[in-house]
Amino acid sequence: MKVKKLEDGVYQLDVKGYVCPHPQLYTMKTLEKIKSGDILEVVFDNPSSEESITALCNKEGHEIVEKRSDGGTFVYRIKKA
Amino acid sequence: MADDSDRKRMFWAFSILGLMLIVSLWYYSVHPVFMYIVTYLWFGVAYGLLLQWGRFCFASAWRDLIAIGVTRMFVGIMIAMAVFSIIMAVLAEYRLSTFHPGPLGPHELIGGLIFGIGMVLAGGCASGTLYKIGEGNGTSMIALTTMIFGQAIFVDIGGWFDQLLRNYIFPRPAFTLAEKLYGKHPGLAKMLLADSLLNTIIPILVLFVFAYVVVARKGIIRQIAQQKAASAANGEVKTSFSDELRGFWYMITASKRTTIAGVLIGIIAGFHVLAMQNLRYKFGIGNFGHALTALGLEGVSKRGTVFDPGYWYITTQEAQVGGWVLHKLGWNMMDNIYFGMSNGLPDPWWNPALLMSVGIVFGAMVMALLNREFKFKKPTKELALWGFLGGVFMGMGARIALGCNIGAFYIRVAGGDPGGWLFFLGMGGGALVAVRFMNWWSERKLKAQDIEIEIE
Repeated sequence: MKVKKLEDGVYQLDVKGYVCPHPQLYTMKTLEKIKSGDILEVVFDNPSSEESITALCNKEGHEIVEKRSDGGTFVYRIKKA
Repeated sequence: MADDSDRKRMFWAFSILGLMLIVSLWYYSVHPVFMYIVTYLWFGVAYGLLLQWGRFCFASAWRDLIAIGVTRMFVGIMIAMAVFSIIMAVLAEYRLSTFHPGPLGPHELIGGLIFGIGMVLAGGCASGTLYKIGEGNGTSMIALTTMIFGQAIFVDIGGWFDQLLRNYIFPRPAFTLAEKLYGKHPGLAKMLLADSLLNTIIPILVLFVFAYVVVARKGIIRQIAQQKAASAANGEVKTSFSDELRGFWYMITASKRTTIAGVLIGIIAGFHVLAMQNLRYKFGIGNFGHALTALGLEGVSKRGTVFDPGYWYITTQEAQVGGWVLHKLGWNMMDNIYFGMSNGLPDPWWNPALLMSVGIVFGAMVMALLNREFKFKKPTKELALWGFLGGVFMGMGARIALGCNIGAFYIRVAGGDPGGWLFFLGMGGGALVAVRFMNWWSERKLKAQDIEIEIE
């Protein structure tokens, strides 16, 4: 698991290789730590986390501004509410 | 346009299906009675396709509810169970059900608790572990391995599990709610009322209200209020009871994929019961062990039976693999009640329920390949440890409760056995303990990251 700052207000959480519940748990905890309006890019390859992260964002009001997937790896860019 | 990797994925997906078709024909060519095994295999494939497509994991029902406040899977499994319970009542009325209730007692709660800890650590329940292996998940492979051998060792070592079964679990009463209230075979209306409505659907509605009020309501009502505020002239809004009903319905339908998968799984599970009972009538067997004995094949129990539930089940056939391997290596596994007296240790290729598990893995693999989601994920040391421990805990919990999230909960509740709810509550308690641990662990790891996050 790696968290890095890509630029001001943009962070990346890489949880490739992690199974449930880690991707959604780390996503929630990292979102709690960044500021409203900041972007979190989550990189994961556990397919079932896709639905859980989407549901988490809907519940908290965060906007998923971009969804990409390729070869079993998913990249979600989330704007914190 | 499909590129090379897409063509490869399609090739592998259809090769797997083709291979299973060839295997099915081979079974039939050996003896027509082996269509019984083939039926288990293809229902396994159907479960695997749907589990992967719907991301259907019973572990996530409790875990995501507790850990991140997400209700989608909690709702999904309940919908699957409500649908299945109606089908089960109809099948029971026409003597087409293979279901039998389990002994009722605190062992279901305790087993569920241990299982619940294991499923959160392993990252998937018993059925979830199988479909995730189909997605190429290495952690789930480790969890399955320890579940296989952990169970086999657990039921044999020291003889205490025999004592538990003989002196405590087997003497417990086993009944469906309809039997308890009205006696044996009371008719369709009474079975629908007691087994489906009272034992399954009403408790589900109570749990939905609990999930809505405690977890989902705050976020949903906030969204509804925002929508209303956007259209209100002065920006002031008040939410009404009809908004609450709208919010409740939104919670149930929030993930269409999970809800649709739930309905389809419920229907498939019903057809599975129907198919197995019809095959039993067709071949004149009450248990597949009778067919194996007639064919001169080994591995049946002292009663002449093997594990043959006649419905969706996961863990016992896995325990049998471990027992079979250890038995072949010289550890006598047939001198205990679990294998020796009831479930037997047939060769894996003649083990009917095991082919169902094989089908789940390959069905999920086909769906993951078709959806570009298959990827081999080598576990890190940390995940390997969680997978190892998770498999051991799930195996122990499943043996104590005489089943897992499927056999001790899903099938049992839908069949009208109130004991299934004890397992479910136990799973929730176990998930709570394990989620607390995971929360602490993930906080610790995040703090160790050398990044500058400006905390609000």
